[in-house]
Amino acid sequence: MISFIARRVLLLIITLFITSALVFALTQLLPGDVARLILGRDASPQRVQQFNEEFGLDDPVVTQYTRWLGGFVTGDWGRSFTAGNPFVRPLVIERLGNSLILASVTLLISVPIAVFLGVLTALYANTWVDNTVSVLTLAVVGLPEFVTGIVLINIFALGFGWFEATSLIQPNQDLNQWIRILALPALTASFVLIGYITRLTRAGVMEELSKSYVRTALLKGLPYRQVIIKHVLRNALMPTITVIAISIGWLIGGIVVIESVFNYPGIGSELIRAVEQKNLPMLQAITVIIVFAFALSNLVADILYAWLNPRVRLS
Amino acid sequence: MVLVAENLSIEYRIGKTWFNVVRDVSLAIGEGEIHGLVGESGSGKSTLALAMMRYQEANARVSGGRILFEGQDITHASPAVLAQIWGKQIALVPQNPLDSLNPSLTILEQMTEVTRRHLGFGTQEAYEHACQSLQNVKIADPEQVLTRYPHQLSGGMQQRVMIATALSTRPRLLILDEPTTALDVTTQAVILDLIRDLVRQEGASALYVSHNLGTIAQLCDTVTVLYGGEVMATAPVKTLFGKPVHPYTIGLLASLPKVTHAHETRLPTIGGVAPALQDRLKGCAFASRCSVAIEKCHQEKPTLERADEGRFIRCFRWQEVAEGIINPRITAQESPPDAPPKRERVLSVRHLNKTFTEARWFDRLLGRKPIQVKAVQDANFHVNVRSTLGVVGESGSGKTTLARAIVALDAPDSADIELLGVSIPNTLKARDKQTLRNLRLIFQNPNDALNPYKTVGQTIGRTYKMLSGKLTKSEIDARIGQILTAVGLTPQYAQRTPAQLSGGEKQRVAIARAFASRPALIVADEPTSALDVSVQAVILNLLKDLRASEGASYVIISHDLDVVSYVADWIVVMYLGEIVEQGTTEQVYSTPSHPYTEALLSAIPQPDPTQKGRGIRLEGDVPSPRHKPSGCPFHTRCPRFIGSICKTDTPPLQTTQDGHQIRCHHTLEALTALQAVPESETKAHD
Repeated sequence: MISFIARRVLLLIITLFITSALVFALTQLLPGDVARLILGRDASPQRVQQFNEEFGLDDPVVTQYTRWLGGFVTGDWGRSFTAGNPFVRPLVIERLGNSLILASVTLLISVPIAVFLGVLTALYANTWVDNTVSVLTLAVVGLPEFVTGIVLINIFALGFGWFEATSLIQPNQDLNQWIRILALPALTASFVLIGYITRLTRAGVMEELSKSYVRTALLKGLPYRQVIIKHVLRNALMPTITVIAISIGWLIGGIVVIESVFNYPGIGSELIRAVEQKNLPMLQAITVIIVFAFALSNLVADILYAWLNPRVRLS
Repeated sequence: MVLVAENLSIEYRIGKTWFNVVRDVSLAIGEGEIHGLVGESGSGKSTLALAMMRYQEANARVSGGRILFEGQDITHASPAVLAQIWGKQIALVPQNPLDSLNPSLTILEQMTEVTRRHLGFGTQEAYEHACQSLQNVKIADPEQVLTRYPHQLSGGMQQRVMIATALSTRPRLLILDEPTTALDVTTQAVILDLIRDLVRQEGASALYVSHNLGTIAQLCDTVTVLYGGEVMATAPVKTLFGKPVHPYTIGLLASLPKVTHAHETRLPTIGGVAPALQDRLKGCAFASRCSVAIEKCHQEKPTLERADEGRFIRCFRWQEVAEGIINPRITAQESPPDAPPKRERVLSVRHLNKTFTEARWFDRLLGRKPIQVKAVQDANFHVNVRSTLGVVGESGSGKTTLARAIVALDAPDSADIELLGVSIPNTLKARDKQTLRNLRLIFQNPNDALNPYKTVGQTIGRTYKMLSGKLTKSEIDARIGQILTAVGLTPQYAQRTPAQLSGGEKQRVAIARAFASRPALIVADEPTSALDVSVQAVILNLLKDLRASEGASYVIISHDLDVVSYVADWIVVMYLGEIVEQGTTEQVYSTPSHPYTEALLSAIPQPDPTQKGRGIRLEGDVPSPRHKPSGCPFHTRCPRFIGSICKTDTPPLQTTQDGHQIRCHHTLEALTALQAVPESETKAHD
């Protein structure tokens, strides 16, 4: 098991290294002159020269990369190209924090509902319960996030006025304010996850129900509830748990659309802005962080799976 | 009577229609009786056995009759009542122990949940009881086993755990659903002994379901024969095997291959195929395959008649059979004239080695030595033209690896292989078309070996197109027709897809495909193990016929020594990747033989209840090839173990003048002397 984890961590580091190099190489291919873009068309050649020297943009690519990598590893993520040249790291960390909050709330909403619905539909497979839930979840999965988002805004923000339509996060806001801000984006993301996890849980439970050990357990005279909870769910939820772990990566780096709809200051919307502004230090830092989030959640998923499954853990 | 079924019928729903899978079955299991239920696949035996304890799949229902347990009618018992019976009074030992155990719960948890529920045990009490139960099934270190997960135990150990769990509440009745089918023959023998002893010791009754007539004969007191969902006959075991009168029973017993079958004769077979679910007819279910069926048999259903004490037969003509007026036994026909094996060799294999290396990149990074698993070690043998080589051994013996190495599906590490006197390369890539054409493989499971989306004609035609050079479409079609006829099908089969074929027909198509290129040698890996007894006989006859008509030679891999003894001229016995003995069939089946061969032969359950010899039982499991024992690999289980020499030294290969080889520290004379005594009774005779 330890060797398994060590192996996976090593792979993770290699992945990060390769993606960072890839991102760096790609940013070099961006069309247009970065300095002119940042400083404006009318900037004097001296000003451009000064900008390029300040950020080392005239150095060979390899030098730039190693300098950036060295800085990134030691915690110096560079300074943003934007006005005032703020440090990149605190900005990214703040945005990452916001994304993590949204991700946690989304999981808190979606996982219990989805697992419940999944088990329910599997136990009542091919009855009206199953059909109703299946149709609804499929419909929700099929809808694009910006559609569900806008519908939710119209109903709960503009209509009832219960929640906020846009996410203006103020310092020192109270819990109530947080709930008003987080409710709709979290709900929108939850819709996608609930549909997906429900289907997966249903398939998992149904597959386990068809296995011989379930018959063995029933023929031991154990109560049905006990057979389901102790025998079936333990095995059936393994794929669900790993998918939940993987979806953390998606919630951090993949919900740009939802963040845009609600103007939520997560890391995804910051990434878009960095691309638009050709803000290379920011772009690189965010990309590596998102890749890291994806890779880490995959790693957690694999470790969880191995840990939960004695066939993997003890082989 | 402990358990009684009265006129029980069970239906399955397929789509919107209900089909009768079990019809009008009456069955009674007495106090302390082991009742055998024998039938081929599709006979409804497992469905019936589970229904007897009132368990059925969601799409099944009891459509008639009733079930009495200890005099109480449980046909419509509520789930609450059944929960008090299941596990406490009736317990199941299922077919495949690994699938039947929960993979993510420890053995301790799975054993104690029964006693805690039904006997009200606390944690400590349940633990001690589980230890005791495991000791009862001869598990030496119960504390260790209780901490394990199912996948960490061998198949034999898993089945012991299942039996221990079933018996832990001292149930009145055990339902044993093919409990040894997934096990090796040596393990099967040990488990059968265990079941017999424990059922007697506990004073329990048992319903033993099996397709294997040998295990039925060895274990049961009474036997019920099921065919097409109906009881054909019920009789005390000695009567059923000794004086069978039902035509189906007679046919079934006759189609078993035995050592004593003369090689020149074909196996008697039951013609036709079992009726499908949808066409259960108004007449006798067996009528369409019965050699003595008369018009009445097709029109009316015979009743289950009481012949004498404890004996019931469902046949209009049983009295005529019993009195010898008619004989439903199809006499074994002579094989078509088969030229005797020639001295020339079709295949010669020298120093074949195959090692599997288990190494991960991370291990290499850390400079760890990869694990080397020697699957086949220094195999030497040859096959004469027009002869059949049989390779036998338990799972893990390397016999399948050997087969795949010969045809280069898994190229051997090193080997000198000669085909028709010419040295051939060891990898598939390096082999030319001529070699591929001459060396063909038949897989174990015909269901997996045929592409389900291709018609039979496309499957066979592909071989012609690839290997036989330029042929026109009509020439290919003609050849497909010919080869299908040769394997006992009709040219019309070319249009069918595998889904439209029965198991036996699929294997015929697989054989036709192998023969399509007119090969010199066919390697068949367990060609009949996925088939029913009556179908197996047909396929074995077919292989023999084709050897005569097409002049091919075979290497047949099998775990079934009866099959091998019937088809093979020369037998190779493998254990943990090494050939421990080889010789002619007569040599291998008589003394002296390697102690492992001796144990294998002794473990075969004979379909003859008068021969309940215990014979030799091997203790423990086959060691993992990863941790192969030093010296003689068999020394850890050998009943003829000498001493430290077996542990330290590789045994010498002793060869007699007529080519019989045994690898053992005992001299051949010593082996003959050791084996001369009582085990000779394990030899079969009909």
